[in-house]
Amino acid sequence: MEYFNALVVILDSTIRLSIPLLLACLAGLYSERAGVFDIGLEGKMLAGAFAAGAAAAVYGSAWYGLGAAILVSGFLALVHGFASITHRGNQIVSGVAINFIAAGSTIILGQAWFSQGGRTPSLGADSRFGAITLPFAEAARDIPIVGYIYYELISGHSIIAYFAFFMVFATWWVLFRTRFGLRMRAVGENPSAVDTAGISVTWLRYRAVLITGALCGFAGSYLALTQNAGFVKDMTAGRGFIALAALIFAKWRPVPAMFACLLFGFLDALAIRLQGTPLPLVGRVPVQFFQALPYVLTVILLAGFIGKAIPPRAGGVPYVKER
Amino acid sequence: MADAAIELAGINKSFGAVHANRDIHLEIPRGTIHGIIGENGAGKSTLMSILYGFYQADSGEIRVNGKPTTISTPNDAIATGIGMVHQHFMLVQNFTVLENVMLGAEGEALLKSSIAKARSELIRLEKEYGLEVNPNAIIEELPVGLQQRVEILKALYRGADILILDEPTGVLTPAEADHLFRILAQLKDEGKTVVLITHKLREIMAITDNVSVMRQGQMVATRKTSETTVEELAELMVGRRVLLRVQKDEGKPGDFKLSVKNLTVKDSRGVTMVDDVSLDVRAGEIVGIAGVAGNGQSELLETIAGIRRAESGTVLLDGKPIDVTGTADPGELRDRGLAHVPEDRHYVGLVLPFEEYENSILGYHDHAQYLKGPFLDIEAIRADARDKIEKYDIRPSNERLKTANFSGGNQQKIVLAREIEKDPGVLIVGQPTRGVDVGAIEFIHKRLIAMRDAGKAVLLVSVELDEIRSLSDRILVMFDGRVVGERDGEASEGELGLLMAGVERQEAAQ
Repeated sequence: MEYFNALVVILDSTIRLSIPLLLACLAGLYSERAGVFDIGLEGKMLAGAFAAGAAAAVYGSAWYGLGAAILVSGFLALVHGFASITHRGNQIVSGVAINFIAAGSTIILGQAWFSQGGRTPSLGADSRFGAITLPFAEAARDIPIVGYIYYELISGHSIIAYFAFFMVFATWWVLFRTRFGLRMRAVGENPSAVDTAGISVTWLRYRAVLITGALCGFAGSYLALTQNAGFVKDMTAGRGFIALAALIFAKWRPVPAMFACLLFGFLDALAIRLQGTPLPLVGRVPVQFFQALPYVLTVILLAGFIGKAIPPRAGGVPYVKER
Repeated sequence: MADAAIELAGINKSFGAVHANRDIHLEIPRGTIHGIIGENGAGKSTLMSILYGFYQADSGEIRVNGKPTTISTPNDAIATGIGMVHQHFMLVQNFTVLENVMLGAEGEALLKSSIAKARSELIRLEKEYGLEVNPNAIIEELPVGLQQRVEILKALYRGADILILDEPTGVLTPAEADHLFRILAQLKDEGKTVVLITHKLREIMAITDNVSVMRQGQMVATRKTSETTVEELAELMVGRRVLLRVQKDEGKPGDFKLSVKNLTVKDSRGVTMVDDVSLDVRAGEIVGIAGVAGNGQSELLETIAGIRRAESGTVLLDGKPIDVTGTADPGELRDRGLAHVPEDRHYVGLVLPFEEYENSILGYHDHAQYLKGPFLDIEAIRADARDKIEKYDIRPSNERLKTANFSGGNQQKIVLAREIEKDPGVLIVGQPTRGVDVGAIEFIHKRLIAMRDAGKAVLLVSVELDEIRSLSDRILVMFDGRVVGERDGEASEGELGLLMAGVERQEAAQ
């Protein structure tokens, strides 16, 4: 029972740690399915986290924070769209630029506005998205196994976490059950086919990129308003890139994306859990080993353990009409 | 005129300094098949793109069914009943037939009911026009003939009355092309108007009612097909008399120059592309390899040229082996007198952003005559390039111009000049006239015959059956990686067509 409880606790933190990954990963899915590679997920998430922390601190409301995050991240997404869709620029360069802009400007603005070394002020419970206790969770707590799982694992997450899981299925539905999804998948594969069918490639891609921006805003808000109590500099810590790796494992499909993100979250949770704990046989393992694990796994998996991941065929290529 | 489906009046279109369409007048009667021919760059595609709303004309008027119409987007064209089958299919490769047909004409925001509607409509079209295709098939798993059918279905699904086909037969076998023509004839019987853009005169004669000829952006003539001849059309296209079939004397085959024995080649997926192929090419003969694209000819050519590795088999050049399973490399083979004109000049034959003179020595750049110590002798190279430009009538005659700015025919001449001028004993040539206009075709064909007459061995791969038949002393047909037949240069088109479609082989297997 002790092991079981420990496992549930690890799984619970797995979920917590995978939420920002999952939101960023789904964000990337929209953009890349529409044929716009987005290496700037990291930057959008970071800017979103900063906006969330700042707005929540100033207005004392988590919802204002979330709104600000979506606006700021959406704006950066528009910048990426303007560079890579309208002006057919290099999508990687534009994404990298956005990452740098976000990394630098969040610290400068944070210092200028709040003078706390680039942080935003610590937020109280009111201006954060706290844990939601689902109905009957307290009552179910003492029911062995099932009740405990419900209480510990399923209940007690923030609204953004539930939204993230909802978005997995919503994304699947949008992609495969709606006209917008059909066209979006088509434009990532062969924009000429979309253009000759009388649909605007530009507008379609802008919409996808805007959804990407909004979801990155959610991811940033989760970091600043749920996982932490405010913005800390560089708080995304490479999650945007891990989300991209997860997107590739998942072969640009929403449900596998969820599992990929949960896997990375699990490794993260394990790393935290096993910090300083001696392991049987090997003894004490340096914490850096566990921290490196997700990245090692990324390299190993990408090196060919996931089968061939074929990206959307028009990905990364600006659409130019012939001649 | 009331019964014209399309009337164009005074259409002009310029791209920068290039006047692509110049005062075009054209009338296409309803319920006919109208051919538009012209060389590459004559402005056919531009004109059709204007009609389909891809470009806007700078001036002029389009009338559809007698009504002046503004077509500023493909949507407008679709709404006026114009459908287009593009040369490069506008299909999403990993979508199903159904999804491709629906795309852009889905109707509601949710797909469920539109899928049902599209499915029943496909069945109706299938019955009405004999356009059978499995709606659930994935496009990339379909042969090109069927992919094209999906393109036609797409247009019909959108209610097209006027169907424009841009170079529709380039990727088809002769049998598939015939099938396409039957479909077009049936569409005509149903009252549809068909516009067929092509540079193949044979097709024009076979299927069209009327034909219009374009040259250098102008519409130079419109004829009733029954009242014109291939020779007249060719002359109208090029602006001078053209020899459609090169004159050549009886070949005088000499020693074996190139011998391929039991060659087997697999591609990166492990699929056998060349299957136990043996052939010989002798001095003073042209051996043509016919076949529908994708039946192993490209791989065969690349293997002999040392670009691709063989699984097994031997290749002898002048009686001495080429290590095709191991270390053969194109540079070594060039030094041994084997020159290669690759099938795809854009990706293999030329570096398009380079200036012309740089491309004119590519692969031969380490030859002593182009070097001054460890450095390139730029002056010698340019002088050499100017010689070739003169000799091969490459236009514009400027060796400092970016190669990308030359037309397809002139680019091909650059490659040919480079390979032929080194006086190789064996020349292997892939698709020498793909994307090359009629005038340049004549020139290239004459050059190849001259090579033969000079006692060189020429191995020619082409998907153009006319070209194979007109040049070759012997013809080998490849199907599914194997040589399925050998004929002499006089073999009939029908006979070769059957071999190319693998018919004989399948019958033998039964």
